[in-house]
Amino acid sequence: MLRGALGKTFRLVGYTIQYGCIAHCAFEYVGGVVMCSGPSMEPTIQNSDIVFAENLSRHFYGIQRGDIVIAKSPSDPKSNICKRVTGLEGDKILSTGPSDFFKSHSYVPMGHVWLEGDNLQNSTDSRCYGPIPYGLIRGRIFFKIWPLSDFGFLRDSPNGHRFSDD
Amino acid sequence: MAQSQGWVRRYCKAFCKGFFVAVPVAVTFLDRVACVARVEGASMQPSLNPGGSQSSDVVLLNHWKARNFQVQRGDIVSLVSPKNPEQKIIKRVIALEGDIIRTMGHKNRYVKVPRGHIWVEGDHHGHSFDSNSFGPVSLGLLHAHATHILWPPERWQKLESFLPPERSPMQSEEE
Repeated sequence: MLRGALGKTFRLVGYTIQYGCIAHCAFEYVGGVVMCSGPSMEPTIQNSDIVFAENLSRHFYGIQRGDIVIAKSPSDPKSNICKRVTGLEGDKILSTGPSDFFKSHSYVPMGHVWLEGDNLQNSTDSRCYGPIPYGLIRGRIFFKIWPLSDFGFLRDSPNGHRFSDD
Repeated sequence: MAQSQGWVRRYCKAFCKGFFVAVPVAVTFLDRVACVARVEGASMQPSLNPGGSQSSDVVLLNHWKARNFQVQRGDIVSLVSPKNPEQKIIKRVIALEGDIIRTMGHKNRYVKVPRGHIWVEGDHHGHSFDSNSFGPVSLGLLHAHATHILWPPERWQKLESFLPPERSPMQSEEE
């Protein structure tokens, strides 16, 4: 009887490890479902929306300007931020706000990206902490699942062009 | 005829079953627990690659130890290069968040390491592309701890976490 119970436990542990590893591979290399919180990406993504993120672009270095990405926060590696890429390496970006008198441009360094939230008034992004290394990007968000009234692919940035290409 | 077909089908079924178990488990192990890597370059001499280009050390990279982003001053770690995301670099942690250190060749003489960042340097100062070039790096780029040298066999050893006293922070947040 003990042998039977032990055998069952081993089988259960074996299946858990197997499905856990398949889940890890799926989240790491394919994509997953994410819930976003915070107002910094309104109106594109509202608080408590559920979206689908894919990780293939990151591995093939295919993130482009205008993509919405999930990245690790530069000041807290255990939390994630969700913003739009508005500048790639080498781009000239406006690093002062519209209210400043003297406008200053700077260039995004090699291996970094410039992130901005769609809700420019209420977003801490690269205008606050600077460009972030590409290696912090975890995935690209491209599809919204919830709420159903907003189901579908995500829109382009409502802020037009605040940057100039190189 | 029917017998050999049955044999082929059973073989394919067993192969698929084994494949879908072995590949995810192996990939998860190499991503989450440990993997090995060859060290290139002279930036960590004499701790790693003392022989230069003649023999490259192979180190064990321990992902499990780095899973909570916990590092100590003096650890040898591998991280994603902030200048080139396709490359991993292996350096020693010199300072943690909140420390004020004296830099060697950075544009600012003294730097306070921001929250969530670390300062890394190669042991071979002057031949190392490290924080003295690109500044403090975010802890999110941490890849693994380098804990042991596995090859060549005469260099089998556990890599000690050692902070050279001249590189201690001038002021750290714990004081």
